[in-house]
Amino acid sequence: MQTATRGPNLAQQAKDRVGTSAPRIDGVPKVLGSFAYGSDLWTEGMLFGATVRSPHPSARIRSIDTSAALALEGVRSVLTAQDLPAKRTYGLEFADQPVLAWDVVRYAGEPVAIVAADHPEQARLAAAAVRVDYQPLPAVTDMEAALRPDAPQVSELGNVLRHVHIVHGDPAAQADVWVEGYYEVGMQDQAPLGPEAGLAIPAADGGVDLYVSTQWLHVDRAQIAPCLGLPEEKVRLYCAGVGGAFGSREDLHMQIHACLLALATGRPVKMSYGREESFYGHVHRHPARIWARTGARRDGTLVNAQVRLVIDGGAYTSSSPAVILNASTFAAGPYEVPNALIDGTAVYTNNPPCGAMRGFGAVQVCFAYEGQMDKLAAALGMDPVELRVRNALHTGSVLPTGQVIRGSAPVREVIERCAALPMPPEVPPDDRDPVTLPGGAGNVGRGEHVRRGVGFALGYKNIAYSEGFDDSCEAEVRLERGARGPLATIHTAAVEVGQGLHTVLAQIARTELGVEDVVVVQPDTRVGSAGSTSASRQTVMAGGAVAAACATIRERLLERGAARAAETGTRWEGGLRLAEGRVLAGEAPVGEIAEFLDPPLEAREVFRHRQTTPLDEHGQGDPHVMFAFGAQRAVVEVDEDLGLARVVQLAAVQDVGRAMNPRGVEGQIEGGSAQGLGLALFEEVRLREGRIENASFTDYLVPTILDMPPVVSDVVEEPEPGAPFGAKGVGEGATIVATAAIVAALRNATGRELNRVPVTPDDLVGLVPPRTTGGPPPVPDVPGPRPVYEYRHHT
Amino acid sequence: MEVLRPSSLREALEMRAAHPEALPIAGGTDVMVELNFGRRRPETILDVSRLPELQVIRREGGTIFLGAGVPYTWIMRELPDQVALAQASRTVGSPQIRNRGTVGGNLGTASPAGDALPVLAAYEAEVLLASVTGTRRLSWRDFLRGPKRNALAPDELIVGVEWNVPQGPGSFSKIGTRNAMVIAIASVCLQVDETTRGLRVALGSVGPTILRAPEAEAFGAGVLDEAGAWADPRATVPQDAVMRFGELTAAAARPIDDVRGTAAYRRHGCAVLASRALTWALADRRAVAG
Repeated sequence: MQTATRGPNLAQQAKDRVGTSAPRIDGVPKVLGSFAYGSDLWTEGMLFGATVRSPHPSARIRSIDTSAALALEGVRSVLTAQDLPAKRTYGLEFADQPVLAWDVVRYAGEPVAIVAADHPEQARLAAAAVRVDYQPLPAVTDMEAALRPDAPQVSELGNVLRHVHIVHGDPAAQADVWVEGYYEVGMQDQAPLGPEAGLAIPAADGGVDLYVSTQWLHVDRAQIAPCLGLPEEKVRLYCAGVGGAFGSREDLHMQIHACLLALATGRPVKMSYGREESFYGHVHRHPARIWARTGARRDGTLVNAQVRLVIDGGAYTSSSPAVILNASTFAAGPYEVPNALIDGTAVYTNNPPCGAMRGFGAVQVCFAYEGQMDKLAAALGMDPVELRVRNALHTGSVLPTGQVIRGSAPVREVIERCAALPMPPEVPPDDRDPVTLPGGAGNVGRGEHVRRGVGFALGYKNIAYSEGFDDSCEAEVRLERGARGPLATIHTAAVEVGQGLHTVLAQIARTELGVEDVVVVQPDTRVGSAGSTSASRQTVMAGGAVAAACATIRERLLERGAARAAETGTRWEGGLRLAEGRVLAGEAPVGEIAEFLDPPLEAREVFRHRQTTPLDEHGQGDPHVMFAFGAQRAVVEVDEDLGLARVVQLAAVQDVGRAMNPRGVEGQIEGGSAQGLGLALFEEVRLREGRIENASFTDYLVPTILDMPPVVSDVVEEPEPGAPFGAKGVGEGATIVATAAIVAALRNATGRELNRVPVTPDDLVGLVPPRTTGGPPPVPDVPGPRPVYEYRHHT
Repeated sequence: MEVLRPSSLREALEMRAAHPEALPIAGGTDVMVELNFGRRRPETILDVSRLPELQVIRREGGTIFLGAGVPYTWIMRELPDQVALAQASRTVGSPQIRNRGTVGGNLGTASPAGDALPVLAAYEAEVLLASVTGTRRLSWRDFLRGPKRNALAPDELIVGVEWNVPQGPGSFSKIGTRNAMVIAIASVCLQVDETTRGLRVALGSVGPTILRAPEAEAFGAGVLDEAGAWADPRATVPQDAVMRFGELTAAAARPIDDVRGTAAYRRHGCAVLASRALTWALADRRAVAG
C-alpha cells in the first residue's frame, strides 16, 4: 500500500494561471521585431497584386481598357468584373458589395480592376495604366439628404438600410424637466498599425491556400469561396500576424482579389496595402447625428427618453444593420428609463462604407446620452455623478427593449469607484515645461489662460453577438508528453489581434489541466469556426470552448488515473484531481500527468452562449447576451485663447466580471482610452463630396505619447453567471466612455456646448457655433424591425 | 532609379552640373514621402547627406553659418543660444525625424509650413548656393518664391544659411491640433533686435510662403519707443498695445481653409501667438535688466 505524501510543489499555484498577469506569449517577438505580420508574408516566386480604385463617388463605367497595363513589363494578369468566375458580390450580412465594380461605382475608392506583376512597382504602374472611362453620376454624400424622396438611390433597395423602432412604456409620459440636445459624431478610422495584407497560394487540388490578417477566418471563407466558384473545403485560410484590427478586418479587403489573381496566374500572389490605400480598403466608424429629448422628475429620476438617430452606412451594407441595432438599443444609456421612443436609421450614401469599429454603435450614442445627462444635471442643479448613480441600471432592470438584465450589472459600484479615484495634482501652469501645456511641443504658451475641466461619463455595451444569432466557438485541445513534462496544445480559429487572447487561452489551459507548457497554434480553418474576434466576445467564447475541451481531457485523464489507482490498490477519500502536474487521488499522488498520456488525449468542444431573440415590430425582445459597463473621469486643460487641449488624466473603472489577466485588462483600458481620446480631439476621416481628404497619418491624426495622459484604472469583478470564469469581455468599454468623458471635461473648462466630435480648436475658442441641422428627418416608412434587404427578400 | 553618392561638395556640384534633373536628397523626410506617394518619379537622386561642407556650424564674428545638412537634433544641441531656431527645431516631427531632417531640406521643399523658415525670415538670413561656376547669396525673401517654389538653379545646391546673430530675445511658436508630430496650422517667430531697436515678426503656414508682418513690426517698435522701453526694459508697455501688435500681425496673414485648419482660426492663432511672443520678449528683457 502506498503512503500518501505531499510533493514539494503541490501547495504552490502553477504559474501564469487565470487571474495572474501572465506575460504575453507574443510579447518578446513583437518587442524584438521578429514577429511576422501579414505584410511580412513571403514565398518563392510570388507575384504582387495592386488594385485600381474609382476616383468618383458615383459614376457609370462606360468601358475599361486593360491593354496598356497588360503590355507593361512584368505584368501577369489584369482582371475586371467580366473575368469574375462565379458569384460577383460579397458581404458580412448581405452580399451587396461587388468583388470588382461593374456598370456603376458607388463610392470613391471602390475596386474596379486588379493586377498582378513580378514586382510591386510594376503592379502599381500597371494599375495606373488601366484606363477606365467613367461617366460621373449625381452622388448623395449627406446622410439626411439620403432620406429625401428626391435623393439619388444608392442601393436598388432604396437608401434606408435599416430602421429600428423601439417603443417602451408610454412615450407620451410627462416629466417635470426636459432637456434637448443635438449631437454629431465624425467618421473615425480604426487606423490599425498593420495595413491589410495577405498571400494567396494556388494549390494542386485546384483550390487555394490564403494567409491573411483578418478577424474571422470562417466568415471570410464563406464569402470568398462562392466568389471563386470553389467549394469551401478547397479554400483554406491561415491567419497571418495581425497588426491591430478594431473592426477594420471584419469585412473582406484583399482576400478575394489575391485568390482570383493566384488562380488566374497559377502563381502565389501577395497583396499588401500601404497606409493611403488602407483608408480606402476598410470600413470606418459610422458618422452619426443624434437628436435627443430627456425628461426627468424634479428629484432627478429619469422618466422619458426620446431619441432619433441617423448613421451613415456608406455605399454598401457591411455590418450596418447590427450597428444601428446596437446604437438604438443603447440610446437611452445605462439608466432605468420607464418610457422611451427610439428611432434609429442607417442609410446608404455614396460615402465610403462604414461598419465595425471598437464600440460598434455604442460610442456614438454614449456621446449623446452622456451629454444629455450633464445637461439634465445642470438643469436640476444636481451633481452629475449623483444623477448617474440615482438612475443606474442594476441586475433586474428593464431596458427599453423590454429585456431584463439577468446577469451582473454592478453599475453603481463602477460609478462610485471611478469618482473616488485620486485626482491628478494641480501644478500651476506657469511653473511647467511648455511641453506639458496644451499645445505640447509647439511652445505656444507659458501657462496663459489655461483652464482645467473635469468630466464624467458612464457607458455600456453588449458582449458577443445579438438578435438570436447562433454564436459559437470550437476548440481542440491535445495533451501529450512533452520534452519538459505534459504539453497542452490549443487549436482554435480564434484570432489574436494584439489584445492578448492567446495568452488568456494558455492561462485557461494551465488552470484547467494543471500543466505549465502550453502551445497555442496559429488559427486556421482546419478547426471549426471561432466566430469573430469582435464584440468583446473571445474571452467568453474561445475561452469557454478551451475550458470545455480541457474539462473533457481532464475527465479522461482522471479516468486513466482512477484505473491506475485501482490497479495499484491506492485508497483515497474524495475524488481524483489534478494539481501541479500530478494526478492525485484525494491527497495521494497517483503519478505524474505525463505518465497517463500514452496515447495522448484529445478533445474538441463547441461553446455557445445563451440564446437571444430578435426585436419585434415595437423593438421589444431579448436581443443581447450580457452587458459590460464602464465609467471614466477625464481631467483636461484648455488654452482658452488658442483652443488647444491637453488631457491631464483619465480615471477609468470597468466592469469585467473577472480579470483573467489584470495587466492585459489594464492594456485594453489604456488602449481603448487612447482611441476614445483620438475621437474626442482629432481623429476624423474628412470627406469632401465623398472623397477622403486625409488618407495619411500626416493628416489623419492619432494620439502621440504627448497627447495620452496617465490612465488610473481599476476593475469591478462581479462574476457573470454562465460565462467561463465569470469573465466579461474587456476590449471595448474604455473606448465607449473616453470620448464622452473628455468632451464633458472640455465643456466644463470652456462653458461651451461642444456637440460634435472631434472637437476642433475653432469649437473651443468659439469661432464656430454649436452644430445644428434641419432635422430630425421624418421616420422612414419601413415596416418591421428587420434590415431592409431581409424583409424585401421575404415579401 | 539612379542614386549618385558624392563625398565632397566639389564632386556633388560636378554631378549636379552633369545631371541637372537629379533630385537632391539629404535627410529624406520630405523626398521619401513624395516618392512613396508616387508624387515624384525622378530618374536620378543626388544624395547630399555625406558632404562634410554641409555638415558644419561656424561662428565668425557676429555671424553664424549653418550648413544645409545639419540635422535639427544638432541645432538643438549646438545652438541653444539661438533661442527661436532651437525652439523651432524642437517642434519638428518626432525625434527620428529631427535626427534626419535638415534646414537645407526645409529650404529645398520651400513649403510655407517648413518649421525653420519663419526663423530664417526673422533672422534676415541669407541662403548660400553653389554651382561649379561659383557661389551666390540670396536673401531668404528672394530664395523663397512661393508655395513649394524656390530660386535654386538646376545646377546649384544649397550649401547653408548665414545670419547676423541678433541681439535680443526671440521665440518661435507653432500651433497644431495634436501636441506633437504635427504639421503647423500657424506658426509665429518674433525676434527683437536691440541694435536697431526693431522687431521682426515672421509667419508660417498662413500664406503661400513665409510672410513678414511689417506693419506690426513698425507698430511694436514704436510702442516700445513711446514707452521708453528700448532704453529701459523695465518700462511698462501697455497691454492693449501688445494686443494690437497681435492683431496687426494677424492682419499680415493670408490664410486659406484646408483639411488642417480654417483660415479664421489661423488668423486668430497668429494674433494670440504674436501678442504672447511680445509679452515673453518684454519679460525676458526685464529679466536681463534685473
